[in-house]
Amino acid sequence: MNVAICVYGAGNVRSVQLAFQRLGAKAEIAEEASAVLDADLAVLPGVGSAASAMAGLRRRGLDAALQERAAAGKPILGICLGLQLALDESEEDGGVAGLGLAPGRAVRLRDGRVPRIGWAPLEPGGETFWFAHSYAAETPAATATSEGLTAVVEHGSFTGVQFHPEKSGAAGARFLTRCLSRV
Amino acid sequence: MPLPRLIPCLDVAGGRVVKGIRFEDLRDVGDPVELGAAYSDAGADELVFLDIAATVESRAAAVQVAARVAEQVTIPFTFGGGIRSVDDACAVLEAGADKVSINSAALARPELIEEIAGSLGSQAVVVAIDTENGRVRSHAATRDADRDTIAWARECEARGAGELLVTSIDRDGTRRGYDLELLERLRAAVSLPVIASGGAGSAAHVAAALGVAEAALLASILYEQPSRLVSLRQELRDLGIPLRDAA
Repeated sequence: MNVAICVYGAGNVRSVQLAFQRLGAKAEIAEEASAVLDADLAVLPGVGSAASAMAGLRRRGLDAALQERAAAGKPILGICLGLQLALDESEEDGGVAGLGLAPGRAVRLRDGRVPRIGWAPLEPGGETFWFAHSYAAETPAATATSEGLTAVVEHGSFTGVQFHPEKSGAAGARFLTRCLSRV
Repeated sequence: MPLPRLIPCLDVAGGRVVKGIRFEDLRDVGDPVELGAAYSDAGADELVFLDIAATVESRAAAVQVAARVAEQVTIPFTFGGGIRSVDDACAVLEAGADKVSINSAALARPELIEEIAGSLGSQAVVVAIDTENGRVRSHAATRDADRDTIAWARECEARGAGELLVTSIDRDGTRRGYDLELLERLRAAVSLPVIASGGAGSAAHVAAALGVAEAALLASILYEQPSRLVSLRQELRDLGIPLRDAA
């Protein structure tokens, strides 16, 4: 299994790579469109803010590579900001156009403590995952929520998660195993 | 609201976990990766590693520690101590840490909060505030930073901090309980998550802190013993605190 992890700025991408490697996948850091196109699974992790992230993706041509993958029905996993970037748009940074891999928009959290940081269960399922975010997806493609917020988005070959499976202990490993089994 | 969090804190220097009183008479109490993994297995929600030497050499060792921790531990962890620039913060995150904690460097140059939040996101920036009698202390609490604690907390939030780690210096190590009145005032002043630190002596103290803060930092109460975290979690559950099921 060949996993390409898109890197387009500074952040903790190493943990995503380690999480897939623990499961026996060959996980490579990908900064080039060809690597993203050829992989069995492409992962779009979240690094930085929406505007800087989209600029980083465009600079490397990864935006077009991901859109081409989605059009071809090849699996893509977006994590946290990676999910938000995959939508049509985000209201972060004064409004940023997204990749359009799934319908919807990312909106600022308005209730509770922001950023929303911590472990919270998913509905349905009840498994507990690690969240760290200030924006959440408003989308018709949500398939699971956490405290009423979109936690999982599925649209065609795209799966997006607002939580961090790579930091969610045993539950996260189970989730990533399911992702790999579907590829 | 996400579940209340318990966060063991490990002091490190030169790549080892150390224990000492007021940064003196440090003794080696173990390997950060082994202890961190044991706390993770014992049900920790996150880990904090504080490089108390905070020298250039020690920070290089700290980046190595972050990389080794990331290989073994699958829960989030924060690294603090000696981070003075965006490059310092990026190095720690790229090694596998999830957040950095900054303290004196932010007091000396508050723009650092915006710079790190701008590059790495607010969720990656913890501002640690050492406070005594409503005033902020700096340089491992040895100096008066000439700032009001509540005003500084508000400024941290305005500049893009993601969380505040608030240590009541006058409670630290006393086991008399967290400064709940201060935590209440902070809660009212900012909408960021607050991590309470300083004074924990019993499960009841931790439970009280989790009533007003999102997380509790656990240091001396654990005696560097992961087994103590297992029993503390059970005592907290018995007190009605909902904790995550780590299985």
